[in-house]
Amino acid sequence: MPTPPRSTRFPWSGRWNGVIGASALALLLSSCSLIEIEDAPLSAVEPRGPFAEQINNLFWPVFWIAVVIFVIVQGGILFSIIAFRDRPGRKEPKQIHGNTKLEITWTVIPALILAAIAVPTVSTVFDLTECGDDAMTVEITGHQWWFEYDYPGLGIETANVMVMPADQEVCAVMTSADVLHNYWVPALNGKRYLVPGQETVLRLQADEPGEYWGHCAEFCGLSHSLMRARVLAVTDAEWDAWVSEQQAAATVPAEGTPAYEGMLLYQNLCTTCHTVNYGDASEFTNIRSDDVFRGPNLTHFSSRNVFAGAYLPYEGLSYDDALEQWLANPPDVKPGSFMPNLGLTQNDINNLTAWLATLK
Amino acid sequence: MTTTASRPASTIFRRPRSTEGFWSWITTTDHKKIGIMYGYAAFFFFIIGGIEALLLRIQLAGPNGSFLNAGEYNAMFTTHGVTMIFLFVMPVSAAFFNYLLPLMIGARDVAFPRMNALSWWIFIFGGLFLYSVIFFGDPTPPAGIADSSGAIVAGNLDPTDATLLAGLPDGGWFLYQPNAGPAYSPGTAVDFALIGLQILGIASLISAINFIVTVFNMRAEGMRLLRMPVFVWMTLVVAFLLLFSLPIIAVALFMATFDRQFGTLFFQATGGGDPVLWQHMFWLFGHPEVYILILPAMGIVSEVLPTNSRKPLFGYAAIVFAGAAIAFLGFGVWAHHMFSSGIPAVAQAAFGLSTMTIAVPTGIKIFNWMGTMWGGRLRFNTAMMFSIGFVAMFVIGGLSGVTHSIVPSDWQQTDTYYIVAHFHYVLFGGAIFGLFSGIYYWFPKITGRMLNEKLGKVHFWVQFIGFNLTFAPMHWLGLQGMVRRTWRYAPETGLGPWNLAVTIGAFTIATGVAIFWFNWIYSKRKGEPSGLDPWDARTIEWTIPNPTPAYNFATPPVIHSLDDFWHQKYTEDEEGRPVRKDDADDLVARLDHDGRNPKSPIHMPAPSYFPILMALGLPLIGYGIIYHTTLVGLALLFIGPLITIGALIGWGIEPLEEPEEHQEHGEGGELVGAGAH
Repeated sequence: MPTPPRSTRFPWSGRWNGVIGASALALLLSSCSLIEIEDAPLSAVEPRGPFAEQINNLFWPVFWIAVVIFVIVQGGILFSIIAFRDRPGRKEPKQIHGNTKLEITWTVIPALILAAIAVPTVSTVFDLTECGDDAMTVEITGHQWWFEYDYPGLGIETANVMVMPADQEVCAVMTSADVLHNYWVPALNGKRYLVPGQETVLRLQADEPGEYWGHCAEFCGLSHSLMRARVLAVTDAEWDAWVSEQQAAATVPAEGTPAYEGMLLYQNLCTTCHTVNYGDASEFTNIRSDDVFRGPNLTHFSSRNVFAGAYLPYEGLSYDDALEQWLANPPDVKPGSFMPNLGLTQNDINNLTAWLATLK
Repeated sequence: MTTTASRPASTIFRRPRSTEGFWSWITTTDHKKIGIMYGYAAFFFFIIGGIEALLLRIQLAGPNGSFLNAGEYNAMFTTHGVTMIFLFVMPVSAAFFNYLLPLMIGARDVAFPRMNALSWWIFIFGGLFLYSVIFFGDPTPPAGIADSSGAIVAGNLDPTDATLLAGLPDGGWFLYQPNAGPAYSPGTAVDFALIGLQILGIASLISAINFIVTVFNMRAEGMRLLRMPVFVWMTLVVAFLLLFSLPIIAVALFMATFDRQFGTLFFQATGGGDPVLWQHMFWLFGHPEVYILILPAMGIVSEVLPTNSRKPLFGYAAIVFAGAAIAFLGFGVWAHHMFSSGIPAVAQAAFGLSTMTIAVPTGIKIFNWMGTMWGGRLRFNTAMMFSIGFVAMFVIGGLSGVTHSIVPSDWQQTDTYYIVAHFHYVLFGGAIFGLFSGIYYWFPKITGRMLNEKLGKVHFWVQFIGFNLTFAPMHWLGLQGMVRRTWRYAPETGLGPWNLAVTIGAFTIATGVAIFWFNWIYSKRKGEPSGLDPWDARTIEWTIPNPTPAYNFATPPVIHSLDDFWHQKYTEDEEGRPVRKDDADDLVARLDHDGRNPKSPIHMPAPSYFPILMALGLPLIGYGIIYHTTLVGLALLFIGPLITIGALIGWGIEPLEEPEEHQEHGEGGELVGAGAH
């Protein structure tokens, strides 16, 4: 059977493909420039500290080199599509099998570009891997599904929100109590795993006071997506105030108040996992044993603006409503939660929220 | 020993020459039928994996979505990954290997036809075993956590969340330990994933050995290694990748299975095991796996571009060696999946550099493809459009890949949607576009009909636009802090609008694939007959009639050059431009006629019951391992091996065919008598 003539075989071929292709590509490119951030607290390209800045300064030059290569290659493809498409009268092409000089060129040039990129890459790796000498240590422990922060030397144990002085390096010494987690505060640095049975370190520093968002980046089970973090960088004065506040014991509420009832409920239901420190003298102080599962230390629960792994509250759900939902049925709010549904009545919930409000 | 049955037996079993009948498919050892079955199975799983992706995208269309619950979401992204990698892209590639490899090297079948059938049946049983978890799995998998005394404190699940979908494996396709270990993923779902992957690995390993032996031993006369089509080269490279990488994952899967079933602690930190060891083993397989997925598509594109540019492949040798180099380097870059895992700085720097080097051979390939098109006479049929789409999209994935080799930059990007964007550009824009190109190109080879070109072009454009709408915004989502495997994201993150765009894109892709399916069904019955050489092709699989006769080549071909078929049809004028020989049309007509009318009877490998029987034992062993604490499980641990070993013995004593029945052209494509040893 004779070979059909080339392009006449299919009515659509040739004419429009180049045009459609070019416009699709233009659409793609323009969509990149249209990107406007309304407010992206997890953005990895808006560094707010020296380490994230260093990474950012490495990323963008490489990005622009990539853009240049992108334009050359896609331009070449588009040019071929338009210039070399089969059309009536076009001669058969010369049968060229290759070109050694070209092969060498497009082997050597990319290799040189990569070698140039490699130098700052390697030096930055070594720069960022070890903590500075005057860094403040914070121990971070990953739990399913929240981060615990311990300040050795200060005797502070907190959760979900890490407070640190601005313009001061924090050396996060990290491990996990269960599965792999990955600590990531994009504005301050890249991410690092928390590995059970091992220690990893991550340098964190914020230039300015402010709240920075974080997220567990490694899949860590059912509620991985709800395991979030906040870092609060504060001025030196605020930092000193925060430290003394956190070091203080909680105050026992007045007898007969809803808060007092809430505290009694806590003593009954919650002390297996949670801790509240009322001071050495108080009968209400409980330090849960490390032998059993750990929940967050609640002594200064209300000093933190988020709870439940920094998942709650979120835009559209107020703090009070979120807390009520959480206490009513934790596994419904946070699937797999190790805090069970305690079958609390509305009255119990009111008492507990009143009590939690006293834990400043 | 040979694969062929004795004469009395062969009158009982249907010969693969017959094109109909249930048993002809069950017992076939014909590489073409096996390839077709691989193809249909793969596209069946493609639909499942695609539906899973759509469910994920509905959930993520806006912040705090509530379409799926967390368990369902985690199960969907796990099974989406496993399905698309192991049950779609790999088997579609296997379909191409099976169908085309013997045709492209001028052989009548692969070296070990029964082993070929065995690997197909193991594959399909492995895939069905994996998904059978939906009948056997535990739909209420609470997280469990071991306290220091070793007792398990269980997490809590709202009863309404314990749905059927949530009972599918949910540890991610990477099954990171200890999350996928016994303490944190109780229930049987993860066991089905581990053992299912183990079974699938056996299938691939058998195929790999078969293809390597086929390429080295079954080539037609004159088909020197450097005259082989690039697709054959890439098949060979992939086979070696499989051969060296699968044993690693097999060992890792066994270790993880032992952790779960028999209380070992290889990866469990509570007993001093090392969770990071799993990652090393997984990615030491997992990175070569990436090239296992992409190299077949690169081979396809290297066939389609020259044919439709009407030029030889630019830099044939460079493309072949670059493919081999990518495979070789691919074994030295695995830790770039682990840059944030806390491995030492020296290791990070070293793996960063090794990752960069991969860009060089990849670049060589891309520039050579561009060189192939340059100055050509480009025919924009659908196959060509998908191939050009492949090159254009793969470049984007390659460039974003280079940014991952900038280790500190990867600390920001890893585990975000930036990575999701990257590997979909490589594996969807790359591998799957390439595979679609191959389907449009070789569909006539399989059916004797053309896929409809109008529908094909609509399919291409819908899929191309949908693809970019889906995956281009993901780069930005990742840079804006959207982490992977995330069931919900907060409204404050500002990620909502782009996620909506992605979801619309995903449904656009689905529309494109639906058009493709319609085209397939329509064209298979009503497509334009293709004739022998619809593309004016270059390689010898087009010298035989369409659809391919059962015996492939009526006369074993003799190869005189690279692109042998082209040189049979064309000479060159003094400028180096091709001139169609006067007798080229006669040649094509003669090939078509002679190909349908072999001069003497041709004996092909006989069918056999034993491959399917032997494969059947493996999933039974799998169920036995998972339920080894029950009586039924123990019984299966006995019955499964009995079937497999029994079939092996039957395989061994299947009667031989008398040697004098061999055809006289015994050297080139002759297959009778070749078989498993």
